[in-house]
Amino acid sequence: MGLRKILDDIEPHFEKGGKFEKMYPLFEAVDTIFYTPSKVTVSGSHVRDGVDLKRIMITVWLAAFPAMFYGMYNLGYQANMALMDTGIQAAEGWRAALIGAFAGNDPGSIWDNFWYGAVYFIPIYATVFIVGGFWEVLFAIKRGHEINEGFFVTSILFALIVPPALPLWLAALGITFGIIVGKEVFGGTGKNFLNPALTGRAFLFFAYAPQMSGDSVWTAVDGFSGATALGQIAADGMGAITVAGGQTLTWLDAFFGRLPGSIGEVSTLAIFIGGAILLITRIASWRIMAGVFLGMVLFSLLLNTIGSDTNPAFATPWYWHLVLGGFAFGMVFMATDPVSASMTNTGKWVFGLLIGVMVVMIRVLNPAYPEGMMLAILFGNLCAPLIDYFVVKANIKRRIARNVV
Amino acid sequence: MSATKTILIKPIFMNNPIALQILGVCSALAVTTSLQVSLVMCMALTAVTAFSNLFISMIRNHIPSSIRIIIQMTIIASLVILVDQILKAYAFEISKQLSVFVGLIITNCIVMGRAEAFAMKNPPIPSFMDGIGNGLGYSVVLIVVGTIRELFGSGTLLGYTILPTVSDGGWYQPNGLMLLAPSAFFIIGFFIWVLRNKHEEQVEDNEFEMMPHTTETGAH
Repeated sequence: MGLRKILDDIEPHFEKGGKFEKMYPLFEAVDTIFYTPSKVTVSGSHVRDGVDLKRIMITVWLAAFPAMFYGMYNLGYQANMALMDTGIQAAEGWRAALIGAFAGNDPGSIWDNFWYGAVYFIPIYATVFIVGGFWEVLFAIKRGHEINEGFFVTSILFALIVPPALPLWLAALGITFGIIVGKEVFGGTGKNFLNPALTGRAFLFFAYAPQMSGDSVWTAVDGFSGATALGQIAADGMGAITVAGGQTLTWLDAFFGRLPGSIGEVSTLAIFIGGAILLITRIASWRIMAGVFLGMVLFSLLLNTIGSDTNPAFATPWYWHLVLGGFAFGMVFMATDPVSASMTNTGKWVFGLLIGVMVVMIRVLNPAYPEGMMLAILFGNLCAPLIDYFVVKANIKRRIARNVV
Repeated sequence: MSATKTILIKPIFMNNPIALQILGVCSALAVTTSLQVSLVMCMALTAVTAFSNLFISMIRNHIPSSIRIIIQMTIIASLVILVDQILKAYAFEISKQLSVFVGLIITNCIVMGRAEAFAMKNPPIPSFMDGIGNGLGYSVVLIVVGTIRELFGSGTLLGYTILPTVSDGGWYQPNGLMLLAPSAFFIIGFFIWVLRNKHEEQVEDNEFEMMPHTTETGAH
């Protein structure tokens, strides 16, 4: 119990009247990473469970790891393929130097690809983590609330949904906006009505459109331009999707994630592994996931039936919607955010269906945005309190009707 | 501080029409993409508020209360048409940029609000001062929002380049969100945040208090 003793010994300095009174949230955060929090519920709690908010958040964080590791590998693979295809020389700079120092640029080598991806992803993640952590700690100290492990989740999710070629200062700006406006101004974790990671991404998306979307940001090679699969569908329809090397993209390729895109969103398989962890531990709501999935399937089937002569995206089948773009990632990690989603069980179904329908609607019917997951989930977040309100009202009405007779 | 001075100064920070009363936000979103347009809008609104307060206050004892809104609207609308015509005559370019928003001053809640809340109950001179004061309060917010939006959205201020943008060979990467109306919401929000940090009496009470539901056990 050495560590416990050290923590107990320094604790008085952080309590009221101690030298580092203001730093208490920091002490508390370190303490509860290693030990169970000492706070227990005294009233009004109907749930008895060994898992608490910190463990939930850490589990989500770990569940994002398969997508993260695959994302790094794929980032490198796509970039190396692009380098090999086009003959563009790797750009100068510290990243290129780091890549050259430990690996080559051979798309056939797993290590080369992984290292290339790591050199791009880890600085983004580190920036997001440090800058976001700074704001989180600042608000915790100023406002006197705890530092919450929810930040682990926000930071990794944010780093995974940005394009690989994102400049670091934009990553810092995005997470700053996400943490402050998406979460802290409303009082911190549990009081935010929007998903902070998506809020930050939406800010970047509208503020710095050239760095966040378009054709040149999805592959981390300077001067290389390649449209995402969804962008190609919006322009030319299903038949035309190609990836680096000029091959046609097969469904299995897309499912395993051999296509360019945001870092974490590419491999539907890796995301589903994370999703399985979340479902087995019952951290994510299966109702929301099922709702999003069903909404997407139903609405895309409807659009398939209607058909359109002018918009080739109408014909996109549902199983392609599933594997392309951020759909799977959003369904598993974003829509299921327990704070910003609907709370009631019926509400969760409605919330999920709404997001599923909105995704396809934005992707297919709005020519300006080939991808719609981010906007659909933010829209769902905005509607979530309203959905809950009606579900609760309906329940009250039902019970009154039952008792009047 | 004399009474007149209080009436004039108070609406600027202590009782700001946008930040505390949350009136007239719509025009603050629409016209603030550039500082110049914001300034013209501020002048137009200040003039309309001041003179409508003055005239309404002059005839306040003759207005039958059942039709007072109609009479107020008539006076305000006449003044707005006057301002619109002056702008078209002497500042046509800006008048084109402001388009419908000059006309929409008629429905600006600040003008109506001050006429109804102040001018109907007070003599002409204080009413006039109140109109100027509230116009200044509106202007402060618009100037802040306009400055931030123009500076970060296009790197210029009043048309002069401050931050040379990348597209012009400079280093500044313009923030596209600043040119969209939602950014004004965020900026006004931040303005209110700063203001209420300085003047804590402006902070609203919590609608309800959350009961503490955890206790420290001491055990780990």
